[in-house]
Amino acid sequence: MGLLSWLKKPTLSSWMDSFFGKQKASIGIYGPPNAGKTTLANRIVKDLAGEEMGPASPIPHETRRAMKRADLTVQSNGASLHLDIVDTPGIATKIDFEEFVTDFEMKDEEAKDRAKEATEGVIEAINWINDCDAVLLVMDSTKDPFNQANVTIIGNMEARKLPLLIVANKTDQDGASPQRIMDAFPQHPVVQTSALEGEGIEELYESMIHHFG
Amino acid sequence: MTEVQLNLVSKDRLRSMGSMEKIRFILDEVRGGNVVVLENGLTPGEEAKLIEITMTEISPDDFPGIEMESYPSDEGSSPNFLKKLLGGDGGLRTRLTVVGPANQVQTIHKDRDVIQTLVRAA
Repeated sequence: MGLLSWLKKPTLSSWMDSFFGKQKASIGIYGPPNAGKTTLANRIVKDLAGEEMGPASPIPHETRRAMKRADLTVQSNGASLHLDIVDTPGIATKIDFEEFVTDFEMKDEEAKDRAKEATEGVIEAINWINDCDAVLLVMDSTKDPFNQANVTIIGNMEARKLPLLIVANKTDQDGASPQRIMDAFPQHPVVQTSALEGEGIEELYESMIHHFG
Repeated sequence: MTEVQLNLVSKDRLRSMGSMEKIRFILDEVRGGNVVVLENGLTPGEEAKLIEITMTEISPDDFPGIEMESYPSDEGSSPNFLKKLLGGDGGLRTRLTVVGPANQVQTIHKDRDVIQTLVRAA
């Protein structure tokens, strides 16, 4: 193998082909709670397969089990990418059931059950990283991008040398600043979207093909 | 007077510990109400493991979890070919990390090089 070809950054598909003989990518949708992961997953799966993955909600930890939709194909500008999408629960370092009671008027028992399920969801999300070939890291553009979940996910993907695409989501909301995300993580590509409004989704598909294909 | 204990742990001490030993040490300190500052932090894999084990220990009336803040890695911002070839967690340089009880430590600002936290006594 020549030095130049060795130095050339491999694409995800060439890497998967050479090591595993895999022909499709398993793409994990990751991020902190309430970044819009399930809304984005629903948008993608609805576009590509005409159905939704799961319920989205303003209450944190709505998704408490990872959900997978297999055999999707993203197409853009004559190129395509065959993939499985895994929508994961939000990653957090703390889960306080009292927030569900005070902020969302849940009863104690319901809040405790939700907190318990949320802890299991975080563990599941962390363990799914091992099965992902690439990650869409969804960030809320109105929030501080240096959230610890973002830092830990990016660190893990960099350590594994696996591709990562940051989705600066919720650009339709007041105070959204995708530029803040770009400035925070200049080493990674950033796509601006409003998954809720369907804005930036075509650009997302182009970037997925470009960076994951 | 209410007090909070801060334990500043040197990189030499951290280097002498295995990953699980580090994680157990951190969680025991934090569950005891202390704040731990790790001079050169945890690897990304250790951070994920710490979150995972924290989740198994959360209980509604006792322990809501941890507040952890670490700097982003410097991968990409100062690329170093040799560093990437040398072992470790993908050759990433880990940096200072603060971990404390979630109900006592609140991050008020964080950027690439500064972490500002508010620490309250229990």
